[in-house]
Amino acid sequence: MVKNSFIFIVLIGVAAILLNLFADFNGNTELGTIAAHYASKGIEEVGSANLVTSVVVSYRGLDTLGEVTILFLSAAIVGFFLKVDNTDNKNRQLKYTSEILNTASQVLVPIMLLFGAYVFINGHLSPGGGFQGGAIIASGLVLMFIAQPKKEMGHKMINIIESVSGVSFVLLGVAGVLFASGFLDNKILSLGKFGTLFSAGIIPIIYIFVGLKVGSELTGIALSLKENQNEA
Amino acid sequence: MLSIILALFLGILILVLAVMAVQNKNIVVAIIAAGAVSLFASILYLVLAAPDVAMTEAAIGSGLSTIIFFYVLNKIKRQNG
Amino acid sequence: MEKFNLENISLSIGILVILVGLWGLLTQKNLIKIVIGFVLFDTGIHIVMVSIGYIKNRTAPIIDSAVDMNNASNLVVDPIPQALVLTAIVIGLGITALMLSYVLKMYQKKKSLDITNYKDLKW
Repeated sequence: MVKNSFIFIVLIGVAAILLNLFADFNGNTELGTIAAHYASKGIEEVGSANLVTSVVVSYRGLDTLGEVTILFLSAAIVGFFLKVDNTDNKNRQLKYTSEILNTASQVLVPIMLLFGAYVFINGHLSPGGGFQGGAIIASGLVLMFIAQPKKEMGHKMINIIESVSGVSFVLLGVAGVLFASGFLDNKILSLGKFGTLFSAGIIPIIYIFVGLKVGSELTGIALSLKENQNEA
Repeated sequence: MLSIILALFLGILILVLAVMAVQNKNIVVAIIAAGAVSLFASILYLVLAAPDVAMTEAAIGSGLSTIIFFYVLNKIKRQNG
Repeated sequence: MEKFNLENISLSIGILVILVGLWGLLTQKNLIKIVIGFVLFDTGIHIVMVSIGYIKNRTAPIIDSAVDMNNASNLVVDPIPQALVLTAIVIGLGITALMLSYVLKMYQKKKSLDITNYKDLKW
């Protein structure tokens, strides 16, 4: 009885704090000062048509670096915690996957991988970017592993792609220090004509590396949860 | 006006599904209800003029998160039997 | 009745989802239901953050034929909360995967999904 009333008091306390936020919020009519600067000067300083992309990669690029580090850490901890048992992979009795799944996955997986690559290459021109494209690629690869469980694409290949993309992202940032005015500056390559594919400096290249890294990381997490584990 | 009606309709759906995800005794129903909450929240982001966030929430919240839950549930049931 | 606009409605939806998730987190006994409570809590916070940046009668922050290039700061919604929520959704998935791997290890030790059986640290 005491425990129930304690939970009730905690919930009432949190609700009171949040309702304070609700009562003070009047709706905005104008953009704030920083947002107005990003919206009006963002086109000539960064050169990409998608304003959210220019905030994520260029103006707040250090936060994206931190996020990539956290994702790498969580994938490493999941892989470390669930050790894979290799001894009885040979004589497992795998269930027979149905014919609809086999046929549909042979049609759908190449289309999903191509669409994911399209989304993160065009991140600076239309809604999209590295995180969305990476999640679509990870969904495609997980579908392939569900439909054909005997196909053992190397766990090593996924780890190599992930590490190389992460290191290239940091090296591009350091190249910004050497050749231009700061870490992760995007004026190393020229800004180009606005609205074409080869514009906005190194933003497409950064997003390609981020997309590959996020895609291979999420696939690695799903695969670690799928394989057999030791009883240790 | 149309967006306000749409937001109210989505809001009622999201709340009913969230209560169902917490209260129901069957675990499979609870996992699918949590995936459906993410799906309708993605439509709400589109009404709030945020297409990037809507794409990310639809791909990650109602795709990969539900698959990871089902992998873990399968492992637990296989060890139990 | 003048508070009945889109951002107030979605702000209240977000706050209610946060409260439902917190209630499920504190009262449920099954380990997987506790992880579902965390997921709902996270989704509610994202809805609150995106709905704060909305401005009435404006459109998405992408410059194309609907938004003129020179007048952009009068025609778009706030792009900063959207950039923060984009990162937060991916990190939420990493946290969920980590919690589920802990649940798997705990089940391997004691063969039970009920949290009242794990009393080793209580005095």
